[in-house]
Amino acid sequence: MHLLVCGGTGCRASASDMLYENLKKEIQEQGLQDEVQVITTGCFGFCEKGPIVKVIPDNTFYVSVEPRDASEIVAEHVIKGRRVERLLYIDPVNKKQIADSKGMGFYKKQIRIALRNCGLIDPENIDEYLAADGYEAMGRVLSEITPEEAIQEMIDSGLRGRGGGGFPTGLKWQIASKVPGDQKYVVCNADEGDPGAFMDRSILEGDPHSVLEAMVINGYCIGATKGLIYIRAEYPLAISRLKIAIDQAREYGLLGKDIVGSGFDFDVEIRYGAGAFVCGEETALIHSMEGERGEPTFKPPFPAQSGYLGKPTNVNNVETLANVPVIYNKGASWFAGIGTEKSTGTKVFALAGKINNVGLIEVPMGITLREVIFEIGGGIKDGKKFRAVQTGGPSGGCLTEKHLDTPIDFDNLLAVGSMMGSGGMIVMDEDDCMVSVAKFYLDFTVEESCGKCSPCRIGNKRLFELLEKITRGQADKEDLDNLRNLSMVIRDTSLCGLGQTSPNPVLSTMDNFMEEYIAHVEEQRCPAGSCKDLIRYEIIPENCVGCTACARNCPVNCIAGERKQLHTIDQSLCIKCGACLEKCKFNAVAII
Amino acid sequence: MTSIKLKLKESEVQQLKEAASSFNNEPGELINVLHKAQEIFGYLPAEVQEVVAQEMNVSVAKVYGVVTFYSFFTMLPKGRYPISICTGTACYVRGAEKVLEEFKRILKVPVGETTPDGKFSITCLRCVGACGLAPVVMVGDKTYGRVTTDGVKDILKEYEDAE
Ligand SMILES: Cc1cc2nc3c(=O)[nH]c(=O)nc-3n(C[C@H](O)[C@H](O)[C@H](O)COP(=O)(O)O)c2cc1C
Ligand code: SF4
Ligand code: SF4
Ligand code: SF4
Ligand code: FES
Ligand code: FES
Repeated sequence: MHLLVCGGTGCRASASDMLYENLKKEIQEQGLQDEVQVITTGCFGFCEKGPIVKVIPDNTFYVSVEPRDASEIVAEHVIKGRRVERLLYIDPVNKKQIADSKGMGFYKKQIRIALRNCGLIDPENIDEYLAADGYEAMGRVLSEITPEEAIQEMIDSGLRGRGGGGFPTGLKWQIASKVPGDQKYVVCNADEGDPGAFMDRSILEGDPHSVLEAMVINGYCIGATKGLIYIRAEYPLAISRLKIAIDQAREYGLLGKDIVGSGFDFDVEIRYGAGAFVCGEETALIHSMEGERGEPTFKPPFPAQSGYLGKPTNVNNVETLANVPVIYNKGASWFAGIGTEKSTGTKVFALAGKINNVGLIEVPMGITLREVIFEIGGGIKDGKKFRAVQTGGPSGGCLTEKHLDTPIDFDNLLAVGSMMGSGGMIVMDEDDCMVSVAKFYLDFTVEESCGKCSPCRIGNKRLFELLEKITRGQADKEDLDNLRNLSMVIRDTSLCGLGQTSPNPVLSTMDNFMEEYIAHVEEQRCPAGSCKDLIRYEIIPENCVGCTACARNCPVNCIAGERKQLHTIDQSLCIKCGACLEKCKFNAVAII
Repeated sequence: MTSIKLKLKESEVQQLKEAASSFNNEPGELINVLHKAQEIFGYLPAEVQEVVAQEMNVSVAKVYGVVTFYSFFTMLPKGRYPISICTGTACYVRGAEKVLEEFKRILKVPVGETTPDGKFSITCLRCVGACGLAPVVMVGDKTYGRVTTDGVKDILKEYEDAE
């Protein structure tokens, strides 16, 4: 029997490491350590209900497990074979308990390729990766086929880059392989700067070897002997698991000189980023690895021509690489058979926001937003109404009701004014103001612009100021025209992808939610009731029973009223924190 | 930058020099050395940057340029209990802004600064990878999930009591 305990960042934040220790201790105390193994895995994806414990072989899936639940799991499930009912997942729709994760709506439509090992193996133990066909693809490619054949397989699979651009991976490798050079480099882009996304980090935390294996194959294909992984210093868990994986792979002769007797040498080093979104852009990333400010430079020259230290360099994203070994194991046509014609395979999304099942999901390309949000995501939180879904992070756009049945792939998302991006997917409900959301992203862009070119440095600042004016109710119609025109200029004249895509959140919200902009401008009204300067909290006399809950929780003590008497808010002091609304159980506080 | 010159501890300067030489004082390793320097000193004041420049054989201006470019590097000391509020998108849509406002209101310091008693500092970061727990706040290494505005004072109280 195996007890799999999630050791992903989300679950560790809720003490899953202590839970692991407790389970181990209980098992030992019962003298069961030979029969029952307790294993820490990467993220199961279902972070909303973490920490997760899964029992193999019966596939029991326990949610929201606390460290003190360890003894009951061991005493009941392990020893007596009885499931601990209270820790089972309850389906939000039919309120039934679901024991086996296969029966959960969250997992039903998922196909896990890049995440195949996350939540299944111990990422700190190379033997588990090997047992799951690990390094098999690498062994076969290195000893049985030529680089040209291996590249062809990649082209045939149709795999496109998962870092945002969607460039065909096989083609990229072919170009890099044909550039002459005494030293070439393979780079794994693990910068993952999209603020609200954690796909790449989770892959590195849950299955670091799959990325290393792919990098060796990548190196063999293009003729590179050195690999570099560029990762943020802020991701300590991913870094430590990567380091362990690299050491173990070296020890097993899977990295280093003459790998598996093929005569091919390849080794990997880690390079640290320091928190700059623009460093995810490949030219900026390369400058950062050279110890410089991470400012993008004009392409061409492309990294394949002149990259790290001026040498030919091939940059691929973490998730792109995680797909690679499986493609060689199962064949290009198998992979091409999943997804849509022009976007093959699957995509990992970090599903978050106002949705019931926040987590990490992997779905076949071509699935609709509706399936993702309402079936996998379990619908909108607290029974509220769906308003928008944002994909593509700061470079993407907000889509609405009318896009829910659009099949998700690279080209469709672009066509409706958003983009695939790296995989952030944020769901919003009726309480989210779309102008504020655009402002949120612009705030991010302004902070992250490297400042090298003026359309992005100055233009985005102006965009932000315009949005601020609108959310304060101080803008007029002309400002809306300016907003759109300036967006176009920034899009057309910025040097790198950051500036070229930064107006997308503004343009897409203007296209899809113009009525909200108009309400702010013409009526000084925020339809979502979110813009502070345009709303007031008021107590409705008919509903107030004088329970004092609001007054006790108001942080600035601006609510007056005796017990069992009507309460009133002193508007001059109110900071509009919303605590009163949250605390009132009698629907007596309203946003006006 | 401050006008009063900081006196750096000799032992820490020595540690920094050793770190630099472990990277062969190679200018291309500047970012790695700065990471080490920040580990040693906790932040990167002008005086530390000068030592780094000397050791790595680059101008102070270049070091300053790199330090100010990356948000992970800070030129201001952090509080004994550094508070980081996640303002990634997932946390934002679940109310991170209000939580941030509440920290600022109670501690009376803006983002990036430390309370006069050196106890708390406030910074923002973008997605700590625990979006399921949004909104997320970290104090040092400890993570707090599903933080509400009225939960803020309870978090702070934990550390008030610690002293
Ligand atoms: C502003 C900006 C940020 C980017 N951030 C990332 C990132 O965090 N991770 C990533 O893999 N690619 C990022 N990219 C895309 C990379 O430039 C590059 O296209 C990608 O790493 C190539 O790998 P792929 O073909 O496997 O997707 C970014 C691009 C831009 C313009
Ligand atoms: S578009 Fe923005 S991030 Fe890109 S080079 Fe110009 S200023 Fe820098
Ligand atoms: S919490 Fe609601 S019912 Fe109670 S005093 Fe306040 S407004 Fe009245
Ligand atoms: S919104 Fe906040 S500050 Fe205003 S009355 Fe309600 S609790 Fe008090
Ligand atoms: S971190 Fe545990 S399920 Fe995602
Ligand atoms: S956005 Fe805050 S943890 Fe991801």
